[in-house]
Amino acid sequence: MAIIHVQHLSKAFGTHEVLRDIDFRIDKGEVVCIIGSSGSGKSTLLRCLNLLETPTDGIILFGGGEIGGGEKKINEYRAKVGMVFQSFNLFNNMTVLENCMAGSRKVLKKSKEESKANAIKYLKKVGMAPYINAKPAQLSGGQKQRVAIARALTMEPEVLLFDEPTSALDPEMVGEVLNVIKELAEEGLTMIIVTHEMSFARDVSTKTIFMDQGVIAEDGAPEKFFVSPKNPRTKEFLSRFMSA
Amino acid sequence: MERNIIQWIIFLMQEYGTYFWKGTLVTLETAILGTLLGLVLGFVIGIVKSTPIAPEDSMVKKIYYKVLKTVCDGFVQVFRGTPMMVQAMIIYYGLKQYGIDISSFNAAILVILLNTGAYMAETVRGGIQSIDNGQFEGGKALGMSHFTIMFSVVLPQAFRNIIPETGNLFITNLKMTSVLNVIGISELYFATKTAANTYYRYFEAFLITGAIYFILCAVFSKLLSILEKKMEGKKDYELATEYIGD
Ligand SMILES: Nc1ncnc2c1ncn2[C@@H]1O[C@H](COP(=O)(O)OP(=O)(O)OP(=O)(O)O)[C@@H](O)[C@H]1O
Ligand SMILES: [Mg+2]
Repeated sequence: MAIIHVQHLSKAFGTHEVLRDIDFRIDKGEVVCIIGSSGSGKSTLLRCLNLLETPTDGIILFGGGEIGGGEKKINEYRAKVGMVFQSFNLFNNMTVLENCMAGSRKVLKKSKEESKANAIKYLKKVGMAPYINAKPAQLSGGQKQRVAIARALTMEPEVLLFDEPTSALDPEMVGEVLNVIKELAEEGLTMIIVTHEMSFARDVSTKTIFMDQGVIAEDGAPEKFFVSPKNPRTKEFLSRFMSA
Repeated sequence: MERNIIQWIIFLMQEYGTYFWKGTLVTLETAILGTLLGLVLGFVIGIVKSTPIAPEDSMVKKIYYKVLKTVCDGFVQVFRGTPMMVQAMIIYYGLKQYGIDISSFNAAILVILLNTGAYMAETVRGGIQSIDNGQFEGGKALGMSHFTIMFSVVLPQAFRNIIPETGNLFITNLKMTSVLNVIGISELYFATKTAANTYYRYFEAFLITGAIYFILCAVFSKLLSILEKKMEGKKDYELATEYIGD
């Protein structure tokens, strides 16, 4: 059974239709990469999946049940579906450790000791454990993003969403973040990743989706998708990126 | 016996020392209590005003917040748009007429509290809005409720940003208590008037009072700037060496 199953999803901001009749599903252990040009609706789709945007139409099934329905239900759902943002979105008033304990303490209501052990476990995983006492403002972009990933992992989510996790980073820091994500993929974590890193998408994804003007223009296994795209717009997009 | 200015000042301070002292205490008490309670009120209104109404909220919740926000707006506008002295007259003498009898001290605190609340509400709301939306979304993505995010992420940061404004308002309140002598609380201004009247030494008596206000303001300004520095937090951090190489 699909973990997330999106059916006829649409989203409009006023009269501006940003997503039109989107259908897709992701199974356990899959890594879906979403690519597409700027403004094609990739972020909006991801934000709808986490209900940071309310879809105008369509349904999203999570584990077979429809999501939504009151703040409490939505928060329970979000606790199971993590999200990593382009701009990190760490809590500036907290240290690295506190950032990674907050969800566990306030949402999962776990004890302080357990939350701390859990936080350190995931901070070690991303190589940020030595920085537990630092505040976000004292870290580099790559370090912040690794902390943000650790913070999301402390919730032990069933699915993790990434919205261009390396787009705000200096080129020399992109690798450290992508490596962490690759490692998660190898461990079998279910992920949906919006990215402009084509070779990364090809390596890590089990399915690649190309979005164009609010619709899924093409999707498929990366071996086929990147080698012999069918849609002319996909071809054009890939040629622009692969040559660069 | 003829006294010069200095001698008059010394004389008044000896004769009316306890008056000045007690007046100072009442002024301080009113300003401190009024400002602190007003700060709480300001936070409550600021938080209410910055609570978003989501499209998926129930009708009841929507109406409830709409009414609450309208009431808050009305309150802020009324208290910012009328003089404190007029408010004091209505609350103290005006309400008495209708059988609501509060002591002049309580009335004074109430007036300061309500004014501070009205002024701080906007500051608090601004402080909340100054926190980037990304931190809200970061919290939401973890499954935190609006109020959890508010209390553990946003307000601690907003609070630091509004300390300077709170300080300014406290200093203003310290001076504004003097107008509350109209409802007969025996704060510093009231005490001075009594002292001055007896010997017709207005210049000297009010010179003493002016000096007291000035010293109070200077001391509190200094204390507040120290507090601000303290709240900035440490600039550096310790590496947790036990985890290096893990
Ligand atoms: N809150 C909003 N209000 C109005 N329009 C919006 C809003 N958010 C996004 N849009 C519009 O929706 C369209 C799709 O935006 P989206 O951010 O999903 O694109 P994207 O594919 O993620 O682009 P990028 O690669 O630049 O991140 C854009 O035209 C954008 O202007
Ligand atoms: Mg985007």
